[in-house]
Formats: sequence, C-alpha cells, structure tokens
Amino acid sequence: MSVKLKKEFKTADKEMRLTYNDTMVKLAKADERVVLLEADLMGSIKTSGFQKEFPERTINIGIMEQNMMGVAAGLNIRGLKPYIHSFAQFATRRAFDQLFLSLGYSQLNATIIGSDAGVTASHNGGTHMPFEDLGLVRLVPNMTVMEMSDPVMFENILTQLNEKDMLSYVRIVRKDTLGVYEEGSTFDIGKGVVLKEGNDATIVASGIMVASALKASEKLAEEGINVSVIDMFTIKPIDEALLHEYADKTKFILTCDNHNIIGGLGSAVLEALESHPVKVKRLGVKDRFGQVGPQDFLEKEYELTPDDIVKAVKENL
Amino acid sequence: MTEFAKRVRIEIVRMLVKRGFGHLGGSMSIVEALSVLYNNEMSIDPSNPDWEDRDYFVLSKGHAGPALYSTLALKGYFNKQLLLTLNEPHTKLPSHADRNQTPGVDMTTGSLGQGISAAAGIAKALKIQGKENRVYCMVGDGELNEGQVYEAIMFAKHHKLDNFVLMIDENKLQLDGFTRDICDQGDITRKIASFGLHTLCVNGHDEAAIKSAFDEARAIKGVPTCIVLDTIKAKGVEFLEGDSSNHHVRMDEEQKRVLLDLANKWEGELA
Ligand SMILES: Cc1ncc(C[n+]2csc(CCOP(=O)(O)OP(=O)(O)O)c2C)c(N)n1
Ligand SMILES: [Mg+2]
Repeated sequence: MSVKLKKEFKTADKEMRLTYNDTMVKLAKADERVVLLEADLMGSIKTSGFQKEFPERTINIGIMEQNMMGVAAGLNIRGLKPYIHSFAQFATRRAFDQLFLSLGYSQLNATIIGSDAGVTASHNGGTHMPFEDLGLVRLVPNMTVMEMSDPVMFENILTQLNEKDMLSYVRIVRKDTLGVYEEGSTFDIGKGVVLKEGNDATIVASGIMVASALKASEKLAEEGINVSVIDMFTIKPIDEALLHEYADKTKFILTCDNHNIIGGLGSAVLEALESHPVKVKRLGVKDRFGQVGPQDFLEKEYELTPDDIVKAVKENL
Repeated sequence: MTEFAKRVRIEIVRMLVKRGFGHLGGSMSIVEALSVLYNNEMSIDPSNPDWEDRDYFVLSKGHAGPALYSTLALKGYFNKQLLLTLNEPHTKLPSHADRNQTPGVDMTTGSLGQGISAAAGIAKALKIQGKENRVYCMVGDGELNEGQVYEAIMFAKHHKLDNFVLMIDENKLQLDGFTRDICDQGDITRKIASFGLHTLCVNGHDEAAIKSAFDEARAIKGVPTCIVLDTIKAKGVEFLEGDSSNHHVRMDEEQKRVLLDLANKWEGELA
C-alpha cells in the first residue's frame, strides 16, 4: 500500500465508467481470459471501447441479470475470468440466488461491478437506488466486498483482482466522483487506509462518504476537534486489527454509509468490534427506500452530508 | 396522430425538456395504446383512482412513466401543472411508475420483468373474487429478455386469465440498440402464440387497429390475449425515430429548442 492524498477536493479527471472501460481494455490485452458481461447497460457504463477492441470477449447478454450470473459461472468453469456489470441493485438483489449458488456456493470466481452506488442513482429513483447491495453480498460466504472511493483506487483494485482467483463485488459510482487519491496510489485488499490521524474520534467510511468524511474532518479541526479518518474500502473481509487499534486510540467510532445502516459498512464495523467494545455510531440511510432527485438533495434528505457527519461527531464526543 | 395522442406527446416533450433528460423513446412509442386504453377501452373513474370496479393498467416497462403521467393528467387524475415536477425532489412523478406516489398508477415498476407478474396476479385475484374487471399490461420488447416475463405468461395461460390483456411494445430497440442484435427474439407474435395466448399483431400507432384488437380480446374466452404493437421508438420526434440512442435522451440547449418548437407546432395544429 502506498497512498497519497489529493490536496483539494475536485471532480476526478475521469469518470468511473471510463476508468472501467480503459482498465478492462488494458487487462484484456494482457490476459486473454478476461471476458466482459453486460445486461443491456453498456451504454450506461460506456464499455463500447472494450467491445470494439474485443468483440469476441464482450457478452451483452440482454436484460437477463439472473442468466448473466449463471453464464458467468459456466465461463469460469472453462477458466475464463468474467467481469460482470449491472446497476448495483440488479447485479445483487435481482440475481441474488444465482450469484449465491451458481457462483458462491459452487466456488466459482467472477468480479461483479455494481454501479450507481446508493444516492448516486439519483433520478433513477427508488427502484434503482441500492441501499442494500452491500448487505446482500456480505452474506455470501468467502465473497470479497469492496467499495471504490475514486478512479485511482478503482483502476488499482481491478488490476489486482485480475491476478487473483476470487469472487468479489466492487461497488462504484458510475459517473463523476471526487478525486481522493493521487495517481499511482496503490492499495491492499483487506487493509483500511488511514487518511488522517486525530485522537478525538475515528470516522470510518467508504465510497463517496470518504470525501465527505475528509471534508467533515476539516470543519471539525476548525473547532479544535481532531478526528482520524479511515477509508475502509474493503468491507469484507474487514480490517479488524486496524479497527481494534483505533478503538483503543480514540473515544468513539463513527461509520458512514451511503447505504442502509443495516447490513453495510457500519454493521460490518460493529461486528468486527464485537469482542472489543467501544462506542460506535452509524451514520447512513436509516432503513428507508430510495427516491428520485439530484444527488445533493438526496445527501441532505438521507443525512449523509459533511455537516451531518460533523453533527454526529459532536453529539457523540 | 389523433388529437389526444398529440396532446400526450406535447406534454411528454415539455416535461422532459423541463428536466433536460429522460426516457423519451419508450414513452413516445406507447402513446396510441394509452390513448385507446384510457379513452375507449378501460372502465375508469379519474376522480376516484382507487375505485374497486375499475380496470387495471400495469406499465411493466416502468421507465415510460412520462407517457402514463401525461395521459393520466389529461384524463383528469391530477392537475396538469404537476407534470412539470417530473423527477424533482419529493415529486409525485418519479422517473419510474410508483403506485404509492401517483394517482392512477396501479403498480410500482422499474425493475423490468416484474410488472407483468403483478398484473397477472391482479387478474387472478379478480377471477377468485368473481369480478368482471379487466387487467391490461404493457411490456417492452427488450423487457421480454427477462425470463420472468415468460413465467407470468405461462401462469396467465394456465389459469385461463381471459380478463388479462398483455401488450408488447415492439419498437425493436432496447437500451443498447436493436433487440435483434442483442438477443434475437425472432417472431415475437409466433413465440407468444406458442405459449397458448390468443395473439395478434397490429400497428401500434393506429388507434382504430388497437381498438379492434381490444374488441377481439373481449370476445376471446378461456385464454389471455396478447397484442403485439408494431411501433416506432420515439414516434413523432422524427429526428430521433430509428436512432438507436433514443432510449434516454440528455438534451443540449439546441435539442431542447427543437423539441419545444415541435411541441408548439403540434399545439398549433390542435387550435
Ligand atoms: C431488471 C432491469 N434491468 C435493467 C434495467 C435498465 N433498463 C431500463 S430500460 C432498459 C431497456 C428496456 O428496453 P425495452 O423493454 O425495449 O423498453 P423500450 O424500448 O420500450 O423503452 C433497461 C435495460 C431495468 N430497468 N431493469
Ligand atoms: Mg423496446
């Protein structure tokens, strides 16, 4: 692991979907086992570049998420490496039994990309707003579950996954996201990234909540409250050692989920601290369904903004 | 284009332009079917959307919400002004149809393949309850990719749901392009007929033809009817018809102007 934080919060140079396309092209060039699976959302995830370069290794299966999981299992039986994409709720909820049995239980490997994480599904609304995907995939034994904070991390993780044989879920924002890491940063799957040190509290976040947590930490610092911030991009297996260390170091832990507070990162952190008690508060979607609206409205609606994080820290100090 | 269909299209254009993006193609292709359903075919009471003895309509291809909302507003289910709130925070009109938000929407849809099962369930309930109400369901041709659609079709046939009319909007396109290029489904009419449904194919932009198809469906006893609607995605917006990227349109200022001009032109033709 070698990470460098960006100095200021700006939209990342590249959309997450373009990172997906470009990284997959690179991987497929070097590894002929790489196969891309889509379910009529290629236009949305912009993988037409991959398709042009590797038409025979692109399967746009149609609107058949369940079938897609099963077909991926078959491809992997023959040694191919399936990369599956759909919107996060369709990649998990819609095809869960197929994911669970044909891939998980059958001990077959694939990388499943779930896009439009949480409130970033924005105007697609309640049917399309995944607040439960992490909870679902965490329940598949041995599955590795991650959420990407920005394109630099996404590219690095995709590259590492190609060298591993595992069933993994990678939750992403589909379009623009704030850049968190400098180009060239590398990550270790299963290891949290400490972005900031402070003794008053520890904020544990993933995905879009990482940038929000960092912003909140700056506001808190202005008021003399110093918090640690951890990017816990691997939600399963979670970095227990790091959590225990920060449980001892700080007064309490605040988790930040762009997801239902049930089943997501917050739950995973609580479980990891089962035998290492410390005060834990979960900030996230409070057991509600999604709805339509612009992302900034939704972040306010579900109380996920940096100001909400500031408030939660202060209330619990 | 009939006057009502024109009015619906005007509203669709204006609501999508207001937001700047939306599911234009699949909304435009079902306008004539909705016009016949809500003006001629279904037994409804817009002042009482929850009326027990109404006929039901399930928009299984829930992303075509704008077409349904425009139709419902013009029929008086709610104020037309509401149309411009499409997709706004706390709107009653979300991009995908939602039975808990919008008066007149009978089922929540948006995850493709699911609406048809609920529609078949309503039809079965009506049979159990000894009621005469009818159930209509609109499925997209891309949506036919989902296996669940065929599970629902087998259910409807087995349970002799002759109060159930399945409509398939065969506009030949789905999100990523032509249905035949993604997963060729062959002759949809023959395929559905082979499941035992009374199946016919009509021009989905010819209201008279749609009407007579519904009449035929009413006369059929013991099996559900499937009406395959031969349609054009984005029908009416000529520069987008047949364009494989007309599924979800994000408009620049120029496109907005062209679309509004088109709506104004249609409005002029009505006066
Ligand atoms: C289960 C599911 N998978 C994917 C999507 C994303 N999606 C929305 S519309 C669409 C294409 C639908 O094509 P079709 O049924 O032909 O609709 P139409 O052409 O009438 O717009 C897709 C893939 C979805 N809404 N639900
Ligand atoms: Mg279609």
